Amino acid sequence: MGCGWPVLAAPRPFALNPGPAMPLIDVQDMDVTIRRRDGTPVQPVRGVALCVDAGETLALVGESGCGKSLTCLAIAGLLPRRAVAQGRVVMQDTDLLALPRRAARLLRRALIASVFQDATNALNPVRPIGWQVAEAIRLRRSVTRNEAGAEAVRLLGRVGLPEPERRAKEYPHQFSGGMNQRAMIALAIAGRPHLLIADEATTALDVTIQAQILDLIADLQAELGMGMIFVTHDLGIVAQAADRAAVMYAGRIVETAPVAALFATPRHPYTRGLLQALPRVDHDGRPLSTIDGIVPPPDRMPPGCAFAPRCSRVGAGCDAAVPLSQKIPGASPPRFLACHRPVPVSEEV
Amino acid sequence: MMLQFLAIKSLRAALTMWLVITFVFIVLRISGDPTDILLPDDASDAVRDFYRAKWGLDRPLWDQYLSYWSALLTGDFGISLRNNLPAWEMVMDRAPKTLLLGGTALGFSLAIGLPLGILAAWWRGSSLDRAVMTTAVFGFSMPNFFLGILLILTFSLHLRWLPSSGSDSAAHLILPAFTLGTAFAAQLARFTRSAMIDVLTKPYMTTAKSKGASEARRVFAHALPNASVPIVTILGLKVGELIGGAVVTETVFAWPGLGRLLVHAVAVRDLAVVQAILILIAATMVATNLLVDLYYGWADPRVRVGRTKGVRA
Repeated sequence: MGCGWPVLAAPRPFALNPGPAMPLIDVQDMDVTIRRRDGTPVQPVRGVALCVDAGETLALVGESGCGKSLTCLAIAGLLPRRAVAQGRVVMQDTDLLALPRRAARLLRRALIASVFQDATNALNPVRPIGWQVAEAIRLRRSVTRNEAGAEAVRLLGRVGLPEPERRAKEYPHQFSGGMNQRAMIALAIAGRPHLLIADEATTALDVTIQAQILDLIADLQAELGMGMIFVTHDLGIVAQAADRAAVMYAGRIVETAPVAALFATPRHPYTRGLLQALPRVDHDGRPLSTIDGIVPPPDRMPPGCAFAPRCSRVGAGCDAAVPLSQKIPGASPPRFLACHRPVPVSEEV
Repeated sequence: MMLQFLAIKSLRAALTMWLVITFVFIVLRISGDPTDILLPDDASDAVRDFYRAKWGLDRPLWDQYLSYWSALLTGDFGISLRNNLPAWEMVMDRAPKTLLLGGTALGFSLAIGLPLGILAAWWRGSSLDRAVMTTAVFGFSMPNFFLGILLILTFSLHLRWLPSSGSDSAAHLILPAFTLGTAFAAQLARFTRSAMIDVLTKPYMTTAKSKGASEARRVFAHALPNASVPIVTILGLKVGELIGGAVVTETVFAWPGLGRLLVHAVAVRDLAVVQAILILIAATMVATNLLVDLYYGWADPRVRVGRTKGVRA
C-alpha cells in the first residue's frame, strides 16, 4: 500500500480506486501562507507531507495552533481568502492545488467531505436539518428533490438520529450538540466521499457522546471504505481511532508512525513529551510531566528546529538547520522523523 | 399559536395607534389656538369666539376628545379648518402620489443598494468594496435639497431631458424618486454589506463550501436568508420615513404628496388634516412593523420556536 500500513478495509464498491500502489491522497511539501492585514505574509503550515490510504485513518496530532486545522482546510479547499496553499495535494493522479478553482471545487466535491468541531454552528440556523443533508446529496448526485429528501431521512436514521422523519424537519437549535454532530456526519457522508476529514469532530462533546460518535465514524468508515484524516489533540482518541499518526509542531509534521509504534517508541522528543503528559494506568504514582514553554507563533520561529527551545535533548546543531523529515531506516511499516537528535529506541517512555 | 401571536401583535398595534392619536390630539390642542393663525390679526373677539364655538374649541378638552373619537369610529376624520373639505378626502387625494414616489424610491434603493452591498461583502477589502463604500458615503451625506437641485440643473435645465416639477407623467417621477432613493440606497448598501459580512464568516458558510456549493448558491441559499432578518428590519423602519419624510424632495420637485400637505397643515394649525396624516403614517408604521415581525417568524426558525413557548424577545 502506498502509505505503508496494511489496512483491512472493505473494498470500495464503485471503481474510482486508484490502485493498490497509490495512496488515496498524497500531500507533498505543502505550505499555507496567510497574508496579514498589514500585508506581511506568515506561514503557519510548512512543508507538510502526508498520505492516507483508502480505509485508513491518519490522526493529525499536536497542540493548539500547530497548524492541524489549517492543513485540513487547505486539503479540503476551505482556506479563507487571505490564505493560500502551495505544494501538491494529489488525489486520483490530479494535483488539486494546480487545478482551476471551479475544477478543484468539483473534484473535491466528489472526493472529500469535512466534519467540523462545532456542529451546532456549522449547520445553517435557518434551514431544516433534512434540507441541509438533502442539499449535500443533490450537489453530488443527480437525484430529484424528493429522492434526496428521502435519502436524507435514511442517512439521518443511519447516523443514529431517533425519529429521523420528524427530526429532518427540525432546525439545529432544536438539537443537542451530539445530535448536530450526527447530522453533520450524515451531511458529510451524503456524497459518499473517499476521504473524510474530521477536524476535532468530537472535542466539543461529552465523553459518552464522544465515544458514540467515534464508534459511528468507525462504522461508517468500514462501511464506505473511506480514508480519514482525524485531527485531534487527544492522544487517547488517537490510540483508539487511528491507524497511523502524524505529529505536528509549529506548522511542520515532526513524526509519522503507526500508532502502536509511535506510542511504544516515540522518536521525536516532542512526541515523547506529549506521551509523557498523558495519564496512564500502568505508570501509577509517577507525576505527569509537561513540556515547558509554548508553541512559537509563525512569525517568530526560532532558527533551525522550531522545537529546540523547548526540547530536553537540544544540542549542538539543533539551531543550525530545520530538520528534514526522513524515513527511519529499517522501520516496517515505514516511519518518518524530522529531528537532529532523536530519542534512542531503547529509552522507555 | 399563530393566532395567539397575531392577537397579541394586533392588540399591541391597536394600543400604539391609540397612544399616537391621543398624543397628537392633546399636543395639537395645547400648543396653540387655530384661530390665531386662520383668522386675520384684526379679527374681533366676537368673531374668534364664533369660530371657536363652531369648531368646538370652546368645549373642555376631554369633551372634544370624546367627540373626536366617536367621529373617528364612524370613519369621520373631521373637516379641514382652512377650506372646509373633509380631512380624509384631502389626505387620500395626496396619498397615491406619495405612495407612488415612496414606492418607486424604495424599489430603486433595493435594486441598487442590495446587490452592491452583497457584492461589497463578498469581495470585502477589494477595490470594488472600497469604491462602493466610498460612493455610499457620498450618497447618504448629500442633502436631498442639494441633490434634487443638482439633478434639476443637470437633467432639466442643461440637458432638457426630464421635467423639473409636477407629477403628470412617468418622466416626472424619475428625478424625485432618484433623489429620495439615493440616500437610502447608500444606507442599504452599507447595511447589507455589514449584515452579509457578519454571516459570511459564520462556520455554516464553511460547511456550505465544504459541500461544494457554488458561490452563487452559498450567497443566495445560505448567507442571504440569514442576513435578511436585519436588512428587513431596516426596511421596515424606512418605509414610514419614505411616506412621511419626503417633504424636502416634494418641495424641490413640486410633488403633490403628503409631506408637503403635512407641513402646510401644521403651519396653519389645520388640526383635522394634521391628525389624519399622522394617523395614516402611524398606521403605515404599525402595519409595516407587523409585517416585519411576521417575516422574522417566517425567516428565522429560532424566533418561531421562541414564540410558541411565549418567550419572544
